[in-house]
Amino acid sequence: MATNDQRTTDLNKVLNRRRIINLTGLAIANLLISLWMGQQAYSWLPPQASAESILIDKLFSFMTAVGTFIFNGVVGTLLYSVLFQRAAKYDPSDGPPIEGNVKLEIIWTGIPILLILWIGTVSYQTYDQMGILGSMTQKTMETVETVPAEPTQKVATSVEESATSAPIEVHSRQWAWEFRYPKEGVSSTELHLPVNQRAKFKLTSEDVIHGFFVPAFRVKQDIIPGKEIDFSFTPIREGRYRLRDSLYSGTYFAANQTDVVVESEAAYQKWLQTAAKTTPTAAANVAQTEFAQAEKTSVSLGWATVKPAPAPIVNYSNQPNTSQPTPQFEEEPHE
Amino acid sequence: MSNASVEPRPNSQLDAPAPQPPEPGAPENWRRFFSFSTDHKVIGIQYIVTAFVFFLFGGLLAMVMRGELITPDADLVDRTVYNGLFTMHGTIMLFMWTFPMLNGLANYLVPLMIGARDMAFPRLNAIAFWLVPIFGVILTASFFVPGGPSQSGWWAYPPVSLQNPTGNLINGQSLWLVAVALSGVSSIMGAVNIVTTIFRMRAPGMGWFKMPAFVWTVFSAQIIQLIGLPALTAGAVMLLLDLTTGTSFFDPVKGGDPVLYQHFFWFYSHPAVYVIVLPIFGVFSEIFPVYARKPLFGYKVVVVSSLLITVLSLVVWVHHMFASGTPGWMRMLFMFSTMAISIPTGIKVFAWVATVWGGKLRLTSAMLFGLGGLSTFLFAGITGIMLSSAPFDIHVNNTYFVVGHFHYVINGAVVMGFYAAIYHWFPKMTGRMYYEGLGKLHFALTFIGINLIFLPMHPLGLMGMPRRVASYDPEFAFWNVIASLGGFLLGVSTLPFILNMLSSWTRGEQAGDNPWRAIGLEWLVSSPPPHENFEEIPIIVSPPYGYGSDEPLVSNNPKGTFEESAASTQIANLAGEAN
Repeated sequence: MATNDQRTTDLNKVLNRRRIINLTGLAIANLLISLWMGQQAYSWLPPQASAESILIDKLFSFMTAVGTFIFNGVVGTLLYSVLFQRAAKYDPSDGPPIEGNVKLEIIWTGIPILLILWIGTVSYQTYDQMGILGSMTQKTMETVETVPAEPTQKVATSVEESATSAPIEVHSRQWAWEFRYPKEGVSSTELHLPVNQRAKFKLTSEDVIHGFFVPAFRVKQDIIPGKEIDFSFTPIREGRYRLRDSLYSGTYFAANQTDVVVESEAAYQKWLQTAAKTTPTAAANVAQTEFAQAEKTSVSLGWATVKPAPAPIVNYSNQPNTSQPTPQFEEEPHE
Repeated sequence: MSNASVEPRPNSQLDAPAPQPPEPGAPENWRRFFSFSTDHKVIGIQYIVTAFVFFLFGGLLAMVMRGELITPDADLVDRTVYNGLFTMHGTIMLFMWTFPMLNGLANYLVPLMIGARDMAFPRLNAIAFWLVPIFGVILTASFFVPGGPSQSGWWAYPPVSLQNPTGNLINGQSLWLVAVALSGVSSIMGAVNIVTTIFRMRAPGMGWFKMPAFVWTVFSAQIIQLIGLPALTAGAVMLLLDLTTGTSFFDPVKGGDPVLYQHFFWFYSHPAVYVIVLPIFGVFSEIFPVYARKPLFGYKVVVVSSLLITVLSLVVWVHHMFASGTPGWMRMLFMFSTMAISIPTGIKVFAWVATVWGGKLRLTSAMLFGLGGLSTFLFAGITGIMLSSAPFDIHVNNTYFVVGHFHYVINGAVVMGFYAAIYHWFPKMTGRMYYEGLGKLHFALTFIGINLIFLPMHPLGLMGMPRRVASYDPEFAFWNVIASLGGFLLGVSTLPFILNMLSSWTRGEQAGDNPWRAIGLEWLVSSPPPHENFEEIPIIVSPPYGYGSDEPLVSNNPKGTFEESAASTQIANLAGEAN
């Protein structure tokens, strides 16, 4: 008997060891897949055109890896059950009457708590770093006590401060974007920014809530009518990006988009100077054009809409108004 | 002695029950479904069928939207029409489909599961139901008023919702607000009724920890309704006053605060997600033990975690407003509270996996939908944690990433959970079996359709495609085409379901009392259950889910007649067929 018992415990030990080895192997495989997914996550996002985007993407990659690990673990277990633990045909018997396992339940309460603390801490750190960059601070005209002290100034940033530049005024309305550079006296429907300089804005809305959203910068801020919101971020990559209205603002919401051009300091200054010399004209405006067309057709297939605000009168427009021929701004001005 | 002679129910097990003339409300009278019935089972089915009709309507709107989005330009419908479509799609799916459907399930199942003859307030119950078609008609009528229906999204954020381009007093937006307020009133009535019923009407022996998990989740969910709904209903009434009588709660031009509305709205509308998903967790907890033939793993922890979710759900609403004018401390506070919800939810997910693990699985349609719903819910939960992380949310807030996430919850977990529930309790509700083949086809089409339409929304959101757009930049075209194809497939997937339900209800095989050999009070009575459910109120002696342990659930026979439980004899062969 003793030998028999001995043999069973030995067998159990071998089986247990094999099980642990198998589980460890699966966990390592899952870990590798998850790490790989975490790397893939970068490619699902737009180009990293702001200092903020680097932080956000890192955070997303981290969360993707953690999420993949959990998803694979749970769905893998379920799939194994579905494939290999089905009742045989005409087998009416029940499974083992296991009602719970305190140890297991403590483990799977503890692991999510730790994971949440981990993800929360990483998120908090990311937010904090973005706070240092200053993009998250917002002020309102009726300054209320809920607004936190600006965390920005205490830490020197690597980014060079263009101390002289005043914040760019962002005027949003149904359905157009207008950017005003108060110091230079320039207004534009396209946002131009110098690369590697902190861009500062004052966001205002003239009618409803709009959302300032540039996917390539990973920044977004709702613009509340009646408030003036300070907003800033740092573009780090030259190029042309889309700026979209992100908070539903009525009929032509989808068309309320424009471009952001990030360019070198020299090109930016040249653009400002040329634009300042150009006579302001009405810019092209999708909402205006479509609304005018819809008014012309006698049979309307649509429902009621708010009348779009008049097209902004600006020094510079990326899309010249086709209905009113205007002198077009040249990229290379004549010297 | 005279007392004994008027005793309505035979005490002796040998006495056959006296034959009674068929009365209105008797199970065989189909007209009762069109009457002001106070029978909770009739009201339950009235809710479910009404809700499903609106589900098809809301789905149709979604398919037109997917038709519009299959190309980048706004070309299929006018922009105003598209905006009306997504507003009404969201509104109908939530207020006309999800909530009525949940109330239908709770109505039908809760009294049966706790051993009650009806709800606590049967007339209030009927009134709450009959409000549904009333505000359904109001919502539908808004398509036909001058200017069309509301176009402000289902959030109805001011100032957009206050703009009223027609200038009429009766317009799409005001009708919308009346309907939503009525819906709130109806749901509050339902919540009062359900909570009271669960508190007061449990059968003898059914302590809190002998209650089925579904009842626990319904209880937890309806508590949220009682706390949160008054906020939304008040918000809707204030917005209606702003719109029609010129008050200025939310109008910034007159000094109102539009962000205040957002707080009113999300204070209820985020917990509403848990109102919706908690009973689905209950459905999972009921279904997995039956078809895995194992007790629910960690029953007590699973049911208590429902209450934990109730509490936490009330302190997370600001995560919808991370991109609004929200101060930093609020963002961080609500980020952590939101993440904390994943702990009780995680406990449930792991418990279900452990319930299924090592069982003797039968992949019936109900089980397939349950497992499908669980896996989509898991995915939604993971993207949900990502969204709760404020810095990342700033990027994807109001993009298709969010749309994909919540459709994985609502259409993935919740609608699949509904289907699982319908298949599982169909034999009980109708007394007939459904066709497994059609059920499995329905599952395959639904599961593929859901992933095909909603998975592509995640990359679209990451790339920066905002939600609620009628047109988009060509860079988004690829994933949108796939999503649209998935949407059409999802539309087609309802056909085998409708066919199955209609033909099974009229011509399906007789089901017997307990075709799944499930443990639960509802399976101890005939299918469909008689008027007032239990001849004799059951006396509960065991906790639920005693699979594999042969303990009797009750100490008497709730059918009141002497009869070997049909459960064990009938179904051994049916269970075999299900595989």
